[in-house]
Amino acid sequence: MIDDIFGDDFEDDDALNVEETYTKSSWKKTLIILALFAAVAAFAVAAVTIGAASSFGPIEALETIISKFLPVSEPSSFAQLIVLQLRLPRILMAIITGISLGVAGAVMQGVLRNPLVSPYTLGLSSGAACGAAIAIVFGVGILGSGRYIIIVNAFFFSLFTMALVYGISRMRGTSVETLILAGVAMSYLFSAAISSLKYFSGNEALREVVFWLMGGLYTTKWENVVLLAPIVVLFTLLLVRYSWDLNAMSAGEEVASSLGINVNRVRIICLVLASVLTASVIAFTGIIGFIGLVSPHVCRLLIGSDHRYLIPASGLLGAFVLLVSDTACRTVVQPTEIPVGIVTSFIGVPFFLYLLVRRKRRWWQ
Amino acid sequence: MKLKVSDLTFSYNGKTTLENISLEVEKGEAVSLVGPNGAGKSTLIKCIDRILKPQRGSVIVDGKESSRMASKDFSKMMGYVPQSTQEIFPYTVFDIVLMGRRPHIGWRVTKRDVRIVARTLKFMGIDDFAERYFDELSGGEKQKIAMARAIVQEPNVLLLDEPTSNLDIKHQLEVMKTVRLLVQRGGISTIMAMHDLNLASRFSDKIVMLKDNRVFEVGVPESVLIPENIEKVYGVRANVIKDGEGRPYVMPLDPI
Repeated sequence: MIDDIFGDDFEDDDALNVEETYTKSSWKKTLIILALFAAVAAFAVAAVTIGAASSFGPIEALETIISKFLPVSEPSSFAQLIVLQLRLPRILMAIITGISLGVAGAVMQGVLRNPLVSPYTLGLSSGAACGAAIAIVFGVGILGSGRYIIIVNAFFFSLFTMALVYGISRMRGTSVETLILAGVAMSYLFSAAISSLKYFSGNEALREVVFWLMGGLYTTKWENVVLLAPIVVLFTLLLVRYSWDLNAMSAGEEVASSLGINVNRVRIICLVLASVLTASVIAFTGIIGFIGLVSPHVCRLLIGSDHRYLIPASGLLGAFVLLVSDTACRTVVQPTEIPVGIVTSFIGVPFFLYLLVRRKRRWWQ
Repeated sequence: MKLKVSDLTFSYNGKTTLENISLEVEKGEAVSLVGPNGAGKSTLIKCIDRILKPQRGSVIVDGKESSRMASKDFSKMMGYVPQSTQEIFPYTVFDIVLMGRRPHIGWRVTKRDVRIVARTLKFMGIDDFAERYFDELSGGEKQKIAMARAIVQEPNVLLLDEPTSNLDIKHQLEVMKTVRLLVQRGGISTIMAMHDLNLASRFSDKIVMLKDNRVFEVGVPESVLIPENIEKVYGVRANVIKDGEGRPYVMPLDPI
């Protein structure tokens, strides 16, 4: 039927150049994603070879990893400890965390049609921080006490905040603006709670709270990586499956609905998935700023807004930025460390401001 | 495809905005909804497209009650062009029109999808903009893009919400001529909310005049667009003359 509409004034190959241009641009986007993937992989290998331990060189560091699988050499137990137990899990954790924040940021911005949204603005981060601070200061969490109370508390507080923010916005008919404002308001409330906890807590707890708030990957253990990696892979794939719906929803609720999309259902599913994804990683790492906000924006400049490409690209760029930042943290001021949350914000904010000022098109209006 | 609306009633926050609306659209018929601001034109279009849920009444498409259809099947049948489109993020024109293939696409974009989009862009005369960003374009071009998105849905019924408001006269005519082609060549049944009575007169087979959330009169343009009706519905005294094709041409004179 659609060919009847085009009628006889159409030759068979008439619109071929448009088709070719589109196919070409799709390939270009795929290539950019592959390049980002290669950059993350290459930097990860490089990051294994550098660090504060100076009794062995880069070559030996690589040999240590290879000898784990192939008996090519006999690395020292010290090298094994440093490379396999300290550097490698931390590098993988940086990648996992970066992917989560980048993916969640892209999805949250897309689903709420708002360029200012990130785990920060929706109250997820401050919720996690408040949960962690309570666990640190009082030594108890919502699941009693034990080794993991800080992580568990941060995770559940974070999700609880998201549920609360969503619930508040539901009372006003799920308007996106209400959701964002409720998130910002909750962030202020939690900040106040954290400040009072800091004010009344003793020296040691205070120091630990401050450290948690700045975010870092230095406590990473293999078990964390093993726990988080499947979650991140699974949730990312689930979210990528919603790319078409997210694309359609960015044209507005009415258009999306007339394209057969149940807007409210997709919105809540995507928000829950993105929130659980974010909450799982920041419960382990603490607050790591700006990746969730900036990574999607930079990727839109690189490959446009089609979520089929945007979500993976944003995750990979997040991984790359966090990996570079964390490597800088543990190597620049040896032998001490700078918390990675500070570094990402110091790199992220000026870069973001540069984008704001330099961009010709102002899509955030 | 035949479309039948019966006894449709919709209220929002306790305020009734549509009351017992009934109308029929035949296959390949162009129907205009006219009436003053707030008469319920846009609301009716949204109720037909299931964007809003009417409290009472039914919409029957091709013999099937629309509210019982799966949303994917329904969206293959009915296309919707909103009054205006705003994109927050930078999408290319091609990407936006491709979204119209959503009801047909699983995950992968097939060659056929790309071909349909490319040809529709060409058909609408916007193929030169394919890789441009949507927000760089003019209002008339944006309207054509929104129409292209609805066309690639391959619908049997097309709904347009004031397709010509905010457009210059050239774009108005281009958009309306496209609608006529869709109706005549594709046999698409079209319902459009219209402000401009003369465009409605020239490009519709049937006019549905709404007043105070009810159907005031239905019929061919000659029988609906008469001075008495325009005075009662719009509160405006008007002269109606015939244009070159013998269609009524409304010249508003004074508000009463």
